[in-house]
Order: sequence, then structure tokens, then C-alpha cells
Amino acid sequence: MAYSDKVLDHYNHPRNVGALDKKDPNVGTGMVGAPECGDVMKLQIKVNPDTGVIEDAKFKTFGCGSAIASSSLATEWLKGKSVDQALAIKNTDIVTELALPPVKIHCSVLAEDAIKAAIDDYKTKSSATAQVGASA
Amino acid sequence: MKFPIYLDNHATTAVDPRVVQAMLPYFTEFFGNAASRNHAFGWGAEEGVEKARKQIADLIGANSKEIIFTSGATESNNLAIKGVAQMYAEKGNHIITAATEHKAVLDTCKHLEKDGFRVTYLPVKGDGSVDLDMLREAITDKTILVSIMYANNEIGLIQPVAEIGKICKEKGVLFHTDGVQAVGKIPVNVIADNIDLMSITAHKLYGPKGVGALYVRRKNPRVQLTAQMDGGGHERGMRSGTLNVPGIVGLGEACAIAQREMPAEMARHRALRDRLHAKLATIEESYVNGGMEHRLPHNLNMSFAYVEGESLLMGINDIAVSSGSACTSATLEPSYVLKALGLGDDLAHTSIRFGIGRFTTEEEIDYVANKMIEVVEKLRELSPLWEMFKDGVDLSKVEWVAH
Repeated sequence: MAYSDKVLDHYNHPRNVGALDKKDPNVGTGMVGAPECGDVMKLQIKVNPDTGVIEDAKFKTFGCGSAIASSSLATEWLKGKSVDQALAIKNTDIVTELALPPVKIHCSVLAEDAIKAAIDDYKTKSSATAQVGASA
Repeated sequence: MKFPIYLDNHATTAVDPRVVQAMLPYFTEFFGNAASRNHAFGWGAEEGVEKARKQIADLIGANSKEIIFTSGATESNNLAIKGVAQMYAEKGNHIITAATEHKAVLDTCKHLEKDGFRVTYLPVKGDGSVDLDMLREAITDKTILVSIMYANNEIGLIQPVAEIGKICKEKGVLFHTDGVQAVGKIPVNVIADNIDLMSITAHKLYGPKGVGALYVRRKNPRVQLTAQMDGGGHERGMRSGTLNVPGIVGLGEACAIAQREMPAEMARHRALRDRLHAKLATIEESYVNGGMEHRLPHNLNMSFAYVEGESLLMGINDIAVSSGSACTSATLEPSYVLKALGLGDDLAHTSIRFGIGRFTTEEEIDYVANKMIEVVEKLRELSPLWEMFKDGVDLSKVEWVAH
């Protein structure tokens, strides 16, 4: 199967590879997929609590080239967006940008799921800290 | 070094230039129909075909009259299994094969199941071999055929064919073997191994595509087949159709070369394979799939944990190999052969098959090994599973969000 230039570029030069401190209350971590299915994505965001803007995003992905490219692209798009803007990212946007063939659409779905999971995690953590703050 | 490097010789092989030379006159000078009995064009073609028949027979210890030409091993497997099933249907309706067979055997068996035959798919042991006691127990008075491949196309496992042949002979059951990966690569003898039918294809032993053969035993016992194509009654009535004379000549020449050069070639392949294995075994968390003992000398199949196979192939895109990863298959399922060995889906996704060939050089092996080491390291930097493994997380205990 031939890969698009954009997939190859992300595969050869993945953006924002790495990890953020899971314990930081401003960091949300999403991990989706399973080793048996051949792809696992871990996506992390760091949100500025005052502005609600995503200041940093990191990923690590076990999966095919399209899965790596989808998550790499997702981290690029997340940076500088508000949490609500980030939630508006659709898998079809990733498909279009990377010119993914039909058989690789599930990679983009996984990336969208990872974004949502990271935001969910951040929201759960920040509401927990807010409650702790209120009761103190 | 010429790129890309070809290390996918279980899929197909380049045609040996000597084979091409042998074939060329049969396109133009001796272009006749081998079935034309009344003129020189036909005789010339027939002579080429009969020489090839002898070359193939000699390689496997058979008689020329026992070689039936086909279009390749898929047809040979179909003809052997369906042909026996239909011919001996009155004697019984049970066939035994193994879970790790090629699709051309498995799907043929499935087809026969729809026609009312009963098929036993034997599981395999961790190294990929069939359990001989299980085979013995599976044979009933209704069993007419056992079909077990000589050597496996993914993990290179050489089945205990001589023992299987002996069991089949004792029980009076016909034994077919798909010899595609073995013939011309390792010594194969249909008499010593008690083989009744054997499928062969030219393109796996440096011959052309689109031509193959089926060995059909004529003595002790005389095996009969129901033809699967109707027509002019060529090939002793077992396979109608005008013979592919240049292809057949090519198959014959390929067999003759293989027979002459086999001892030296096996030693050279084994040395290259062991060299590759030694280098790749230095990669942490790498595993050989299948056993090393009864293995084709030119085969290596390894898994590199926490690195997905297709992304690995993408990183070594100047090297032609294949992967057991789901992403590289049409069905999106990881290799059923590796799964039959008891390998988990996670490791099957990370497997790479290397097939060394006649034209592989030591320089190429070293390049491939170094490139593999480099790319595995790079992808592990990207792998959340590798990170978790390094942090001491037991991945089998993680609750994955499967999709």
C-alpha cells in the first residue's frame, strides 16, 4: 500500500513524542486501543487552568504508520486550542488531512477517541481538585 | 548493493538466468503443441516436456510417469485433494489436515466439507509440527486422505514427513503433501517419505510463475484422481489443457539446478540465516517464532515485542520482507499460522518473516540486520507499550479500551 506524503512525513518526523507528568492535575491522559488489536495510542494534554488553553500535547503510539501519523497530527492540532475547540476535532478531519485510505480510517477514529479520553481525564481531575479546593 | 533488498523468497523467487536461457527456444523455435503427434513442431515441444518431467522426477526420487503438469501449486493442491476425495468417496469421507496449512489446502478442504466430507484440522505443537500420536488417533476407517505440508511458508518448519508417510502407509490412507517450500530447497524423496501425492510450483525454486506439478504415485499404491477440468485428456487424463511448454521446460531446468547445487546452497543459506539471527537476537525482547531445529535453512521468523509489524515494514522500506501483522493482511487478522503455534495476537502483530534466497549476499544480510536494529529502537521510543514494559507494568493486567 502506498502512503501519502503527509503520513510518511509524520512517520519519519513524528511531532511531540514523549510523556507529560500523569500526576500533574493540569495534565489529562488518554490511552485507547489494545495490543491484541495491533494499535495502542497514548495521548496527553497539559491545560493552562486560567485560560483553559491546551499548552502542550504529547503522544506515544504502538501501531501502523497511519496510526502514528494520526496521533502525531492530533498533538499538533491540540496545541493552542481550548478544550472545547479540541473536542470539535473529528476523525474525518484527520482522514482528509492525511489522505488516509478506507482501510485506515480506524486509525483516525482511534486518534479522536484518544483526544476525548485525554480531555475526559483532565476534566475529571480538575473537577476533583476544584471540589477539594471548595471543601478546604 | 542494489536496493530494494529482496528477502521475501517464501513468497516468490527471481527466475534464475540459466532457467530463462533454457526456456527461450521454446517460445520461438520449438513453439509446437506437445500434443501434436504428427509433425516436428509437436515432437520438439514434447521432447522439452519429457526432459523436464525427468528432471523433476529425479529431484524427488520419482518416475517421470508420475509427474502431472499443472498451472501451479494451488491447482495441484486442489487436484490432489478434490481428485482423491471424489475418486475414493465410496471408501470413505474423512480427510485430515493441519491448522497451519496454506489456504490452498485449507480452503479446498472447507469446500469439500460443504460437499459432505468430514475434515479434521489437527492443531500443531509450539514449534509448528503435528503431533504424530494425534494424527494416528485421528485416522478412522472412513479416512481416505491425510494432507500435511512438507515445510511451512511462514515459520519454515519441516514437518516429520517420513513419520507421517509411514503412519499413512500402515493405516492404508493416502498421503498428500504440499511440497512448495521444500522441493529444491532441502532433500525430498517420495519413496523414502512414503508420499503418495505432492504439490510443486516453479516460482518458489527460481522458475517461472504459472507452472507447477503434482506427483501422483503409480505403484504401491497406484493413486487415481478424478480430473477437475474436462478437455482433451492430457496428462494421463488427470489434467486437460495444452501444456505450457516454456514454463514446463523452466520448471525442469530449475529442478536440475536445484539438485546439482542443493548441498552448497543449503550451507550458504544456513550461514546467512544464522548470521541474521545472531544479529537480530541482540535486540531486547525479540523472539524466534517456531523452532530452530527442524527449520528450512533459508527461513527466519521473529517477533519484536512492542513494535507493530506494519510500522516496522514502513521503516525498512528499502527491504522486501513480510509481516504477520493484521495490518498487512487483507483480512485484518494476524497470521493464523503464528496463532496456531500459541502465539498471542500481540506478538503476532510484531512478527517479520525473512526468506533468504539464491541471490542474497552477506553484505545485504548485514545491512538488513543493522537497519532492523535501528528501526526497532526508533519505534520503541514511540511505543507506549515499550514505555510501560520498561516501567515494570504487567501488560496482561492492563484493562485495554479495545475498539
